[in-house]
Amino acid sequence: MLRFIGRRLLFLPLVLFGVTALLFFAVDFLSPEMRAALYVRSPRQTASVEAVIEKYGLRKPLPVQYGVWLREALRGNLGYSETARMPVADAIREFFPATLELAIAAFVPTVVLGVFLGVLSAVFKDRWLDQATRFVAITGYSLPSFVLGLVLLMLFYGKWHLFPPGRCSLAVDLAIHAADFKHPTGLLALDAILDGRWDVFMDVARHLVLPAATLTYINLALLLRVTRSSMLEELGKDYVRTARAKGLPESLVVGRHALRNALMPVITLSSLLFVSLLGGVVITETIFDYPGIGRWTVMAAQELDIPGVVGTTLLASILFVIANLCADLLYAVVDPRLRT
Amino acid sequence: MTARMEFWTSTFREKPLSAFGLVLIVFFILVAGLAPVLAPADRRAYDPYLIPEFGYSPDPLPPSREHPFGTTQEQFDLYYGMVWGTRTAFRVALSVVAVALAAGLLVGGVSGFYGGWLDDLLMRLTDVVLAFPALLLAVVIVAVLGPSLEHVMLSVAAVSWPSYARLLRGEVLALKGREFVLAARGLGASDARILFKHILPNAVYPLLVYASLDVGNIVITAAALSFLGLGAPIGYADWGQLVSLSRNWILGAPGRPFAYWYTILIPGGAIFLFVLGWNLVGDAVRDILDPRSVSR
Repeated sequence: MLRFIGRRLLFLPLVLFGVTALLFFAVDFLSPEMRAALYVRSPRQTASVEAVIEKYGLRKPLPVQYGVWLREALRGNLGYSETARMPVADAIREFFPATLELAIAAFVPTVVLGVFLGVLSAVFKDRWLDQATRFVAITGYSLPSFVLGLVLLMLFYGKWHLFPPGRCSLAVDLAIHAADFKHPTGLLALDAILDGRWDVFMDVARHLVLPAATLTYINLALLLRVTRSSMLEELGKDYVRTARAKGLPESLVVGRHALRNALMPVITLSSLLFVSLLGGVVITETIFDYPGIGRWTVMAAQELDIPGVVGTTLLASILFVIANLCADLLYAVVDPRLRT
Repeated sequence: MTARMEFWTSTFREKPLSAFGLVLIVFFILVAGLAPVLAPADRRAYDPYLIPEFGYSPDPLPPSREHPFGTTQEQFDLYYGMVWGTRTAFRVALSVVAVALAAGLLVGGVSGFYGGWLDDLLMRLTDVVLAFPALLLAVVIVAVLGPSLEHVMLSVAAVSWPSYARLLRGEVLALKGREFVLAARGLGASDARILFKHILPNAVYPLLVYASLDVGNIVITAAALSFLGLGAPIGYADWGQLVSLSRNWILGAPGRPFAYWYTILIPGGAIFLFVLGWNLVGDAVRDILDPRSVSR
């Protein structure tokens, strides 16, 4: 067990090195003048781009530059983002809670529905429920999130005025920036409950419905199918037959015996899903004008705001790497066979 | 009819949904092939992929006799864009698959065949690329290279090849110790000859299956980049680009919420059906080639 964890932890810096190096290498195609913003702390410095280039050695060989950049990044200086109009580190702090809130709002229904429907369609294999989930899955794979999102907006905002885009309405925006509204967590919905402001909570929740529903539908497919096939595999095994032969009720056989073993791949998949949601749901946030990391990434990419693009991608990939590690470790905890 | 063909036709008969997918793909192939007939380009047109513009009105116009699918904002003809956009979709899918396949063959082949430090190095490289969320890395690459359709294809290929390389490496590893490879080596064949003549032809089949399953993904990613304005310029026949032109109009006109339904439903529906076709066929292909999943 310890050796397994140790090996995985040793591997971590190597991957992080590769990720940062690849990212830096990709950006290195740009001229030093364009990359200077990666090191700038405030917009006033842009008046003397040449000084920045000189100071951080932007014309030096690539490995030297990479070293300087990494040192600056570790100090928390990721440059100044033109689109966010603030330093990248501050912008991440500003946008991340919104993305986290949306990620949670999409993740919980995805996993609950995915596991529930996956198990049901394995138990009722080839019956109508299985066929229905197969339809949900295959359309979920095939429907681009930007088409689904726009159609949902057309129906639920254009037609019925139920769920508007954005993060909150104007009145609520004023209310949450007032002095008496406290932000202990940064998650607006949670803060509203803690402050006892039900009007704010309802408004924020209404804005979350459509983006969360879009993400749920798109991501449900994979989780559902993986749960189903994993469950089918377990249900065909000998210990399940033994349990049935003992006369255990079917609910116990499915819920207690098979499900627990079938959840292994589901755990990995869900942890990766959660992190990919955190890393910025680029398309969905853009469509619903939701002020999170993903929308910022797109704005940065469209306007060639290199520090913004690099900062968000760095954040997403590091989260991804850590989630992979956690999934592996969780695996070892759940499955005793992996511990040797 | 050979037994193999019968097996394929019977699979499609038993899976009507997959047969439907095949019909969809054939339909799109026909549209792409017949594009110059279905929507003839102006003789003076500089590039047939540029959608002709009819007037300067900023509002989209509904389907009419002249414009069967209506027009987008700034009067680009949707029908023309849809027909030539089919070609763009195939071009993107085939180019990306070709590049990813070639890179996968090279990296996976070398990695599996030679092993050792080279294998370690190349596989860690695939680890690193796979450590990024695919769409985000593609966004970075296009942002750095500048927006254009070619760069979209390049960036999608750049995030797709690791899966191909890993798959091929596994195949090569399995084949390396087989008798016919040892025999070739015994006869004194060179490394290159063994790899390209004996191993790769036998290892490439699963890769092609994976590619057919991957096409849907590729088209969605490329369309997403175009939608974000990182792909083809405005007015180029590209479905993702046409969907992005609908963004200002989805709320409709006052009192008529669905006034501009055609701007989103037509290009969006085309992307959906195209990807659906590939996914349904990919589903059947996987069932045919993976005997374990045969449950009937």
